[in-house]
Amino acid sequence: MWRFIGRRLLVSALLVFVVSFLTFLLQAVTPGDTARMILGYNYTPEAYHELRARLGLDQPVLVQYVHWLGNALHGDLGTSPISGVSVASEILKRLPVTLSLVVLATAVTALVGVGLGVLGAVRGRGTARLVDVLSLGGYALPNFWLALVLVTVFAVTIPLLPATGYVPLSSGPGRWLAYLILPVTTLVLQGVAVFARHTRDSMRDVLSRDFVTMLRANGIPERSIVFRHALRNAAIPTVTVAGLTFIGLFSGTVFIESVFAMPGLGGLAVQATTSHDLPTIQGVVVVFTVIVVLVNLAVDLAYGWLNPKVRVS
Amino acid sequence: MTALEESAAGAARTARPGRAAHPHGAWRTALARPLGRVAVAYLALLVVCSALAPVLAPYRPTATDLDHILSLPSGAHPLGTDALGRDVLSRLLYGGRTSLVDAALAVGVGMAVALAAGLLAGYFGGWLDRGFTWLVDVMLAIPVIVTLLAVLAVIGNSMSAAMIALGVLVAPGIARVVRGATLAVRNELYISAARVSGLPHRHIVVRHVLPRVAGPVLVQASLLAGGALLMDAGLSYLGLGARPPAPTWGNMISEAAGVIDRQPWLLVPPGVVLGLAILAFGLLGDVLRDTSAERTTRRLAPARPVPVTGRKVVEPTTALLSARNVTISVPGPDAPVRVVEGLDLDIGPGECVGLVGETGCGKTITARSVLGLLPPGAAVTAGSIRFDGVDLATASRATLTGLRGTRIAMVFQDPGTSLDPVVTAGRHVAELVRRHHGGSRARVRARTMELLRSVGFPEPEQVAGRYPHQLSGGMAQRVAIAMALAGEPRLLIADEPTTALDVTVQAGILGLLRDLQRDNDMAILLISHDLRIIATMCDRAYVMYAGHVVESGDVAGMFRNPAHPYTDGLLRSAPRRATPGEHLTAIPGTVPPPGSWPVGCHFAARCLLATDECRAAPVPVARLRPPRRTRCLHFDELSGGRA
Repeated sequence: MWRFIGRRLLVSALLVFVVSFLTFLLQAVTPGDTARMILGYNYTPEAYHELRARLGLDQPVLVQYVHWLGNALHGDLGTSPISGVSVASEILKRLPVTLSLVVLATAVTALVGVGLGVLGAVRGRGTARLVDVLSLGGYALPNFWLALVLVTVFAVTIPLLPATGYVPLSSGPGRWLAYLILPVTTLVLQGVAVFARHTRDSMRDVLSRDFVTMLRANGIPERSIVFRHALRNAAIPTVTVAGLTFIGLFSGTVFIESVFAMPGLGGLAVQATTSHDLPTIQGVVVVFTVIVVLVNLAVDLAYGWLNPKVRVS
Repeated sequence: MTALEESAAGAARTARPGRAAHPHGAWRTALARPLGRVAVAYLALLVVCSALAPVLAPYRPTATDLDHILSLPSGAHPLGTDALGRDVLSRLLYGGRTSLVDAALAVGVGMAVALAAGLLAGYFGGWLDRGFTWLVDVMLAIPVIVTLLAVLAVIGNSMSAAMIALGVLVAPGIARVVRGATLAVRNELYISAARVSGLPHRHIVVRHVLPRVAGPVLVQASLLAGGALLMDAGLSYLGLGARPPAPTWGNMISEAAGVIDRQPWLLVPPGVVLGLAILAFGLLGDVLRDTSAERTTRRLAPARPVPVTGRKVVEPTTALLSARNVTISVPGPDAPVRVVEGLDLDIGPGECVGLVGETGCGKTITARSVLGLLPPGAAVTAGSIRFDGVDLATASRATLTGLRGTRIAMVFQDPGTSLDPVVTAGRHVAELVRRHHGGSRARVRARTMELLRSVGFPEPEQVAGRYPHQLSGGMAQRVAIAMALAGEPRLLIADEPTTALDVTVQAGILGLLRDLQRDNDMAILLISHDLRIIATMCDRAYVMYAGHVVESGDVAGMFRNPAHPYTDGLLRSAPRRATPGEHLTAIPGTVPPPGSWPVGCHFAARCLLATDECRAAPVPVARLRPPRRTRCLHFDELSGGRA
């Protein structure tokens, strides 16, 4: 088991390394000049060369990368040429916002998704149809549009909740939650149907297995079969879906944080993009990659923990 | 975003290789479905309207009319006007041009890269394939959206660049599907033949492989198109696309966002048009996937159980279980099909009764009907099954659930699949002990160990902690038997309990069952196709053929002197009975499947004694010397009939 974890960690580290290099390379091979982007239309050649030197753009790509990597390993992701703030500290400041949004959304998605999935597998018909409609909606409607509709209804037409913004948990859990309800709801609507469908399919699969008949035949009540046996078996593939949901919702924050003007990572990415702030966007890409990799690792570990075949051997 | 996650999930699902229909075939079948037709029609309408925007649009997309801002739909402006009085319909039409061209670019790039990489890796294999797999794994960990933002940060606001990057970023997932499909085709005989005969690779790939992988490729292209539309709108919503006042669906939404407090209607037109377009691509992908996978499995609608009719008054018996005139039907393609007909069966207390017959004759479904565990749609449509004064055929669910385990228990054929893989052996037994007896944790545990010991585990603690995959078949079957014993049932139904086990293990399990029967005064209904097992275990037996009990009686008498030609045939084909030097005789022909049973004797077609009389009408059951009975008109020509 420990060797399995060790190997996975090694591969994950390698992955982050490769991805960061690829994004660096991308900047090098794509046409366009960052210095010119930042300076706009009116600039002197001196200012241009000075800026390029300051950003290290006059060096070969490989040198730039090695330099960046060396610093990154020490927790230094560079400084934003736009705001002059350290990229790492900016990301650390914003990470809690995005994490509260995504963790909360994933938890609600998982709860509601499993509930709907189990109902759909056991009761069928009505719930199954609801999930189908939800999944079509969640699939087709852009999350930022859905967010705007929710704002229109629950913040503008009926002023129940704040339309935009974010307050940290420290200023009171009630207020914190009030600001999170609409963004979390949007993300849940986006992800819940996929979750429910996968749970339903795995539940149906498990409930049709021989051991379920065996348990029924010998007097185990239906409730225990569904919740104690089928759900535990169905949880194994569902963990993978939970991981995918987390990653999907995490990416979705790029749009959602813009709609709700939340000071998170997604908002930072958009802001950095519009201002051509390369060190910042590079830092955000790396953090996103690390999170994707960590979630996949967590899924693998949970998988092993839930599945005795993996755990014991 | 969802569409992209979905297309990745879709990629995984369509990875089931081979079976790809010819592309034109796939299109045609997709168009044959109403959903496919609607999706294609909507998308075609969108393309035509956008292309003809300069002709169709009532206004220029940037023409402002400050006297009529934020108006609702009207005759002059079918979809209303925005904050600058611009016509929403016109902007929507022009915006469609941008969005569709962008999506086409992403699809073109994505599919080109994916096809090239996937075909090469799948067709040539070797180090190329290994390198490909590794690269795909790395690429799939790249977060798509923020990487696109990085590209835009470097290049500036260029949606074309973003779409090319999107194509490249999603290509690995699609390439994997292409590789899988190619790999499956490559190993087929005709491709190998073409390679051996020296056709150039290019020719083979283009003429033979490409058409076969086209099905999954079309599915992926459709899903990618939906994802690209979504991404295009998203990026332009963030202000990273075409600069205003040029209309795009995305910036129309962001402009609408600025005035939601004054005119929320403006959200509707771009959102609905875009949502429907993404939905159409998704549905098209689904339909294409269904048709290219040639999924022909139709799900049977669960038929409502037919109410029990034609029940006769049952004479009181001393039997523990007494089935009379039982008929069981399952849903068929048109009408319910009978799988068991007019079955009579009795089991006395503490008796071991056999149920013999070839596969598919109705043994298992008979056993399941006793516990009310028929498959969905199947039902006892006539007759009664009395157990302890209760008719199990009409009993409520609650009654049946109450009986299971405590009065009647069951063990199944394949011990490997009859235990929950994530629960240990001990917990399996303990759960049933708790269910049937309750009591403190310690008492449950003590009783669990006692049960495990009684099924032949001298050190039960050791077995209790093991998971099913750590048990051998014989051990798993012993655990299953311990579970069945937990409620101290008076009848144990054992459905082919040793068929999946090695011969040496079989003897142990059978010995265990016989000991348990004797020690606990428990009746056993033993289902088997193996006459030797029935002969060694049972007092009486029922022989089933194509839904009928054809002969029944005491095992000793019946097997020595059969009174039905089918029993006779079974005995002759059993190796034990064969005389050395004589050929083993198999019964010629096969069991007729349910639904195609003849009017008369079901065995007539395979019977040497059959006459016209046998085929003309249903054959009644003849009573011989008790307890023997036979469903044969010519039993007197067999030794059992003369005895």
